Amino acid sequence: MGALGALLGRAAFELREGSAGLAASVDAQMGAGGVAHPVTAVLLDFRSYDTWLELVVLLLAAIGALHGRFQAAPPAGLARDPLLASLLVALVPVMLLAAGYLLHAGAQGPGGAFQAGAVLGAALVLLHLGGRPALSAMPAALVRALLVLGAACFAIAGAAGLVLEGALLQYPAGYAGAAILTLEAAATASIAVALAALVIGQADR
Amino acid sequence: MTTLELAFDIVVVAVLVVLAWRTLDAPGIFQAAVLFITFGLTMALAWARLAAPDLALAEAAVGAGLTGVLLVHVARVLEAAEEATAEDDSGAR
Repeated sequence: MGALGALLGRAAFELREGSAGLAASVDAQMGAGGVAHPVTAVLLDFRSYDTWLELVVLLLAAIGALHGRFQAAPPAGLARDPLLASLLVALVPVMLLAAGYLLHAGAQGPGGAFQAGAVLGAALVLLHLGGRPALSAMPAALVRALLVLGAACFAIAGAAGLVLEGALLQYPAGYAGAAILTLEAAATASIAVALAALVIGQADR
Repeated sequence: MTTLELAFDIVVVAVLVVLAWRTLDAPGIFQAAVLFITFGLTMALAWARLAAPDLALAEAAVGAGLTGVLLVHVARVLEAAEEATAEDDSGAR
């Protein structure tokens, strides 16, 4: 174990300050990226295929964990907690605002679909733990539709890119920013519902 | 890198290693879940020190927030089930 740790440490020290990776190539292509933040451009434009597959993986995880059906009831024990109830009143609006801001700020700085979706999913889980039926009050068909929305929007964008521009997920020139924002919004909804359903769907077992 | 930054980084790395060891070595599942949440937050701090703010946000929200909540809930359910089995065993004797 010690020898392995020493080997890894030696390798890590030789990696430091070595190369900048693909940062130069990304910066060269940022003009066509549509957004100002290189991480968002890579996630949603240059490597949007990977993001699409990540959403499919999340969908598969949600399907697998929920066994294809979504049903949950608010846990009765925590519903009577007054501290959590008053905390909800203060926290959930701020979390919704933070999720919206993260989604919008992803174009200029750190943020984007995954961060916003995670905060939104956490808000839904918090609502559920406080006894307010947030996700379980939605009809199951709506929950399923939201779960599929992210991967489906990427599929539609991919097909549109194939038809209009000849390459899968190729955004039309000048529309990259708008396409990225739409895809990020769909992905946020999908990620939030999937993460919340993964936690809440287990809650009644 | 100034000395203060280096000291801070060493402290963060040490805390990460100690937290990881304590999480694996925790006496109960609930303690392990809580330590896992702490580890996730310290990891988010490490990402921030590595100039990766997107990763830090995602780690804090998903690793500490959602996975942490899931693990704590599962720990509670498991401990309640263990207590129920223990009561059944002691009642049967």
